[in-house]
Order: sequence, then C-alpha cells, then structure tokens
Amino acid sequence: MNTTIRELLSKLGNLPVAVDQLADDADLYTAGLSSFASVQLMLGLEDAFDIEFPDNLLNRKSFASIAAIEATVEQIIAGRKVA
Amino acid sequence: MQVSFLDRLFDAGLLIDTGVDGLYGRSGQFEDVISAFERLIDRTGGADGAEAIRFPPGMNRANFETSGYMKSFPQLAGTIHSFCGCELDHVSLLKCMEEGGDWTKTQEATDIVLTPAACYPLYPVVARRGAVKDEGQLYDLQSYCFRHEPSKDPARQQLFRMREYVFMGPEPEVMAFRQRWMDRGTDMMKSVGLPVEIDVANDPFFGRAGRLLVNNQRDQNLKFELLIPITSVEKPTACMSFNYHQDQFGLKWGLHFKNGEPVHTACVGFGLERIALALFHTHGLDVKEWPDGVRETLWG
Repeated sequence: MNTTIRELLSKLGNLPVAVDQLADDADLYTAGLSSFASVQLMLGLEDAFDIEFPDNLLNRKSFASIAAIEATVEQIIAGRKVA
Repeated sequence: MQVSFLDRLFDAGLLIDTGVDGLYGRSGQFEDVISAFERLIDRTGGADGAEAIRFPPGMNRANFETSGYMKSFPQLAGTIHSFCGCELDHVSLLKCMEEGGDWTKTQEATDIVLTPAACYPLYPVVARRGAVKDEGQLYDLQSYCFRHEPSKDPARQQLFRMREYVFMGPEPEVMAFRQRWMDRGTDMMKSVGLPVEIDVANDPFFGRAGRLLVNNQRDQNLKFELLIPITSVEKPTACMSFNYHQDQFGLKWGLHFKNGEPVHTACVGFGLERIALALFHTHGLDVKEWPDGVRETLWG
C-alpha cells in the first residue's frame, strides 16, 4: 500500500520535491501539497483501492503525510469489510 | 417567506421582475441606498490610498481559465457565446428559432466570460505590471458579477454588484488587512442599525471532491463572512466576506516581490445588493421611515 500511495503522490501530488525523499511522517502540506492536488490524490486513491472517502475523512488530516494517508485508507477498507 | 419578501420588493417597485429568477431591475430608490452605502465604504477605507480600478462585468476567457474557477465552481460560471456563422447559418438559425428548436447550440464561445467575483480580472493585470512593492499594494474594485444560481431568494441574485478591496503583500500585513476590515465591517453595519455576526465560512465548491476543499478552507480559517438576517434569522445572509488566499494567487498569477518571493493576497467583499436588502428588511421598504441615525449615517 505504501508503494502505491507513493506512486500516486508522485503522479498526482504535483510536489516540488521527489516523493522518495519524503519520510512517511513528513508533512505533505509543508512539502507543497496544494488543496487541488489533494483532491486529485483522493480521487486517485479511491480508484486504486476501490474505496470511497466518507465525508468525515475528507479533511486535511487525512492527507497530512504518507503515514496519515495509509492509516486513512486502511480505516476505510476495514470499515468496508465490517459493513 | 422568501417569496413574500421578494413580492413585497416587487410591489414596492424597489426591484423589477424580468421573468427570470435572480435577474432584476433596480429602482432609483434602491440604487440610491447602494450609492449611499458605497460612500460610507469610501469614508471608511478611502484614507488607505487604494488604487481604484473598474472593470466591466466580463473578463478575459484565457485569464478565467488560468484562475481555475472551473475546477471549483463549474456550476456557477457563465460564458458568453455569440453567433459566428455565415449568411447560410443565419438562415438556419432563424428557421430553428421559428420552429422553437434549440438555436443556442450553434452559438460559439467568445473571448469573454462573465466576471464571477470583482477581483478576478485584477490579478493578471497587476502581474503584468511587474514586481509588487515590498510594503504591499491595495486595490479598490467594484463590478457586477454573475453566478448561475437561479433562486426566489432576493438575496441570491444571478447578477449583482460586489465592491472589493484587495491587498497583496507580506503575510502579516495581509492578515492585518483582513482583520481590520472585519472590525470595520462590523462597525459599519452597526452604524446603519444592522445586526451582525461574523463566522468562519466556505465557498460552494462543486461535487463530493469539493467537500475536501470545503473542509480544508474551514480548517485553515481562510474565509469569514459577515452575516445579517434577511430572509431567515436561523440562516442569516453573508453580506461581506473576508478571504485569505495564502500565496495561492501569488504563485498562480506570478505576483511576486522584487526578490522573487510570491505575494500573499486577501480580498474583502461587500455584497451591495444584499446590504441594501438587509437595510430594507430591517428598517422597512420606505426609506423615509428609517431611523434618523441610519439616515444621517447614509445621507448626512
């Protein structure tokens, strides 16, 4: 999952730095992730993992770092399995 | 309730029905209230030394495309299309209209888009002039704006005027500018007897992906609105907005200081029709009956 997230971030994040230079807990907004890029990233994640972000996870925190994205996606997948 | 206030405005002749929701004529009296309020804005902000610029209510389509408006608010945009055909096409056009067909399909996009907010045409113009002064630059704008949202709420018109101050400069000064106008706006509304509250707000970003933009905007306190009850006490109407764009517009338009760093920007907007409507709603449809203090503030 981490690799897929990094690939998507590299493709859609429009970051001025190379994604493989970023630690999992590096702040993506500080790294230059814009609001619109986070929307693109969200749509890319939904497509890649066949998930749909619920309203309560559509916030800055969910996309704050690679680790945060991973946790958010895992949470959505876990919720889907329960349902 | 909303319909009745609109009907009362029609009956009083303050607004004039055109048959399209949100597209109204204004009476001389209505315009006089707007002019008086604009003079109050001038008295409040005039000493700041803003450069006044007035654009017509259309903007360069290429600049509109660069602005990214279609990413956020495709549902609100209005483009201007015209007939660009030959004589034969004209015959077909008239035939189509006569038959009640959709003659608009053959209209072609022009280079003009209706202005969605008064400050949109400003940024590329300032960027063309070169580096922004280190202490920042202030602009005073007013324009009719278009948003495609037909409604029977007289406070939600499709073509309406927005007066704006735009400041571009270093972040602390930009934040101070926005705070100064939140304070001034509150004082101004109180001086004309309007009940106000200021609250954090968001723009109507389109679609589900827009939820993320809404939450981002609110989390970062980028937008505040000054709210006044017009058609509802529970849901008061935004009559001013105070928007901090961080360095987004600086980066997008190439607005930078001499050292190359992008400027921060903020804009403060007055919804002129909404303020006039708030005055009519609060003090009555006959301005002669308005409280003396309010009349004194507006007309001296």
